[in-house]
Amino acid sequence: MMKRFAASPLLWPALALVALLAVNVVLTPSFLSIRVQDGHLFGSLVDILRNGAPTMLVALGMTLVIASRGIDLSVGAVVAVSGALACAHIASATDPASAGTVITAMGIALGVAVGLGLWNGMLVSVFGVQPIIATLVLMTAGRGIALLITDGQIVTITSAPFKVLGAGYAFGLPVAILVSLSVFAVVGLLTRRTALGMLLESVGINPEASRLAGVRHRSIVFAVYVFCALCAGVAGLMIASNISAADANNAGLWIEMDAILAVVIGGTSLLGGRFSLTGTILGALIIQTLTTTVYTAGITPETTLVFKALVVIAVCLLQAPKFRAVVSRGRSRKIPRRPNPAPGSASSGAQPRPIAEPTSGPAPSASVMVTK
Amino acid sequence: MSTQTAARPRAVAAEVLQRARGRYLSPLASLVLFVVMFAAVIARYDFASPTQVFLNLLVDNAYLVVLAVGMTFVILTGGIDLSVGSVVALSTVIVATTLKAGWPMPLAVATVLVVGPALGLLMGLVIEYFDVQPFIVTLAGMFLARGLCYVISVDTLPINDPTLREVGLNYVYLYEDKFIRWTVVIAIVVVVIAVYTLHQTRFGRTVYAVGGNRQSAQLMGLHASRARVSVYAISGFCAALAGLLLAVQKLSGYSLNGIGLELDAIAAAVIGGVLLSGGVGFVLGSVIGVLVLGTIQTFVTAANLDSYWTRIMTGVLLLVFVLVQRLVVRKPG
Repeated sequence: MMKRFAASPLLWPALALVALLAVNVVLTPSFLSIRVQDGHLFGSLVDILRNGAPTMLVALGMTLVIASRGIDLSVGAVVAVSGALACAHIASATDPASAGTVITAMGIALGVAVGLGLWNGMLVSVFGVQPIIATLVLMTAGRGIALLITDGQIVTITSAPFKVLGAGYAFGLPVAILVSLSVFAVVGLLTRRTALGMLLESVGINPEASRLAGVRHRSIVFAVYVFCALCAGVAGLMIASNISAADANNAGLWIEMDAILAVVIGGTSLLGGRFSLTGTILGALIIQTLTTTVYTAGITPETTLVFKALVVIAVCLLQAPKFRAVVSRGRSRKIPRRPNPAPGSASSGAQPRPIAEPTSGPAPSASVMVTK
Repeated sequence: MSTQTAARPRAVAAEVLQRARGRYLSPLASLVLFVVMFAAVIARYDFASPTQVFLNLLVDNAYLVVLAVGMTFVILTGGIDLSVGSVVALSTVIVATTLKAGWPMPLAVATVLVVGPALGLLMGLVIEYFDVQPFIVTLAGMFLARGLCYVISVDTLPINDPTLREVGLNYVYLYEDKFIRWTVVIAIVVVVIAVYTLHQTRFGRTVYAVGGNRQSAQLMGLHASRARVSVYAISGFCAALAGLLLAVQKLSGYSLNGIGLELDAIAAAVIGGVLLSGGVGFVLGSVIGVLVLGTIQTFVTAANLDSYWTRIMTGVLLLVFVLVQRLVVRKPG
């Protein structure tokens, strides 16, 4: 039992998160305290959840894309476009505060986001363009399009119903995190309680073999890009709603990088295949906690990036099978040598594509590690 | 008689076509595109001196040329380096700060040219020996370098060193009144060295071999690991040098320099026909890619459009190129 726990890919991200929280408690003893104020929960942890919600949502979509052996660099642009569209519509409406206007605005924004996802999916699955280039196109052009929509201005709006998504509370919790968590739950159920997750992993591990096995590879790839763009669209609405404005230049800037980091910290390999949604959530929380830590610790915000880089490197190294091998070899030097010493492992490292990460856990751990 | 004489040019033409259909097609297509675009912009906006407009493309983009050269090395091995934009910023900040602190100019420049490759080397080692994805490692490198910039200074620092000012401000007259600047000379030297290295040295061959098929390269006894680590150091060096060129061009160091520059470098390489899967492409292709991007910039400025049109047009152009590459150049293997 202990062994399986120690072998779980979620161990390191979970420990990193706990360590970060512990650092925070040492720095500010009141960090973990949560109190009720104005009828909703209030405290640093709640802040982390609320501010991390957009990244979490984008990272969920990104997990599925990465599992299909793809990558989506365009999510930041989609975030900007979605926020810009919604704010532009609300700002030009006669009655910005009516629920109808807000629903139409969100509908337009999400519709366009889905369209952008279809575009990515088409480039990748129909034209067979490498995902990184296919989405680079939209990443480059998208923010320009968002600026075009807002005419290069920051569009500010006053609309109470629109504020609910990003800054509102329901059941004492921020609406944003509730949205992200329900998406997490739905995706978790869809991928782990139906065959979808397995089909997705098969596409990621070997597209050709899964096609021969009768998996509809093209529709699955299409679906993940559309879903990822939809998530980015909702995240864009959250960000715009939180600040009641669309800033086409800065909304969602680097969110694609944060999302990819969250996915990787969560233990999903960029080579595709096996994925862990829980890991992604942990990864997103680590990134957000890190940012909050820097603020609460009174370190100048300028150094956030340095800390981020160090934590990312540390977590990635701890997860790298080779690094772990080096560390454990150093620790177990006294123990008689294993039959397969260094030369064997060196030649296996020469293979360009390690398809599945060699973990020491038992084979069925794939399902164990993901669903709660 | 006549058929024989006619056959020779035809054979030559066939051979040219044959070659053109292979790996030269993409760079040639970029070249044609560049010429057409450039001619169109010149014709539309009636510049006083087309030659000088072309030379200005080089002057304005000297640093991007150097950056794209480094990126080409990395992409040829099948990797990617996202850290270059931040390393450029770090270089400008380091050189400005050290000069302000009274360091002699050569020492300041040397420091920059050591820090960049060192960071690249470090990333290369992690990528190669711990088997972590290049994308993630260089992303961390990007955060690290950008963070270090902010730690060193968040202000714009002027550069007042007389030698550097001279390099940045003086014209190099080619003939009559047509000029370039010293930065262009440096960039051209870098391109020449890179072309020589890639095509005439064992190391260059190894880079192509590793990008084509890592395992075969290793089995052939090539130093695959060494090549893969070196390209990141080279890219780091190019980024540091590009940072110096940018600092000299702007005569200042600023930590917000070069945001998104890595994307420009990657875009230039892709437009120039370098395949991101590795093993295919030329340094000169990337240089053409830079010129194409520069032409877009010239057009947007001349047409008095908002600057975000540059991004939209770059995206559209990337798309066209990616699709052309897909349709014309079949995937190898």
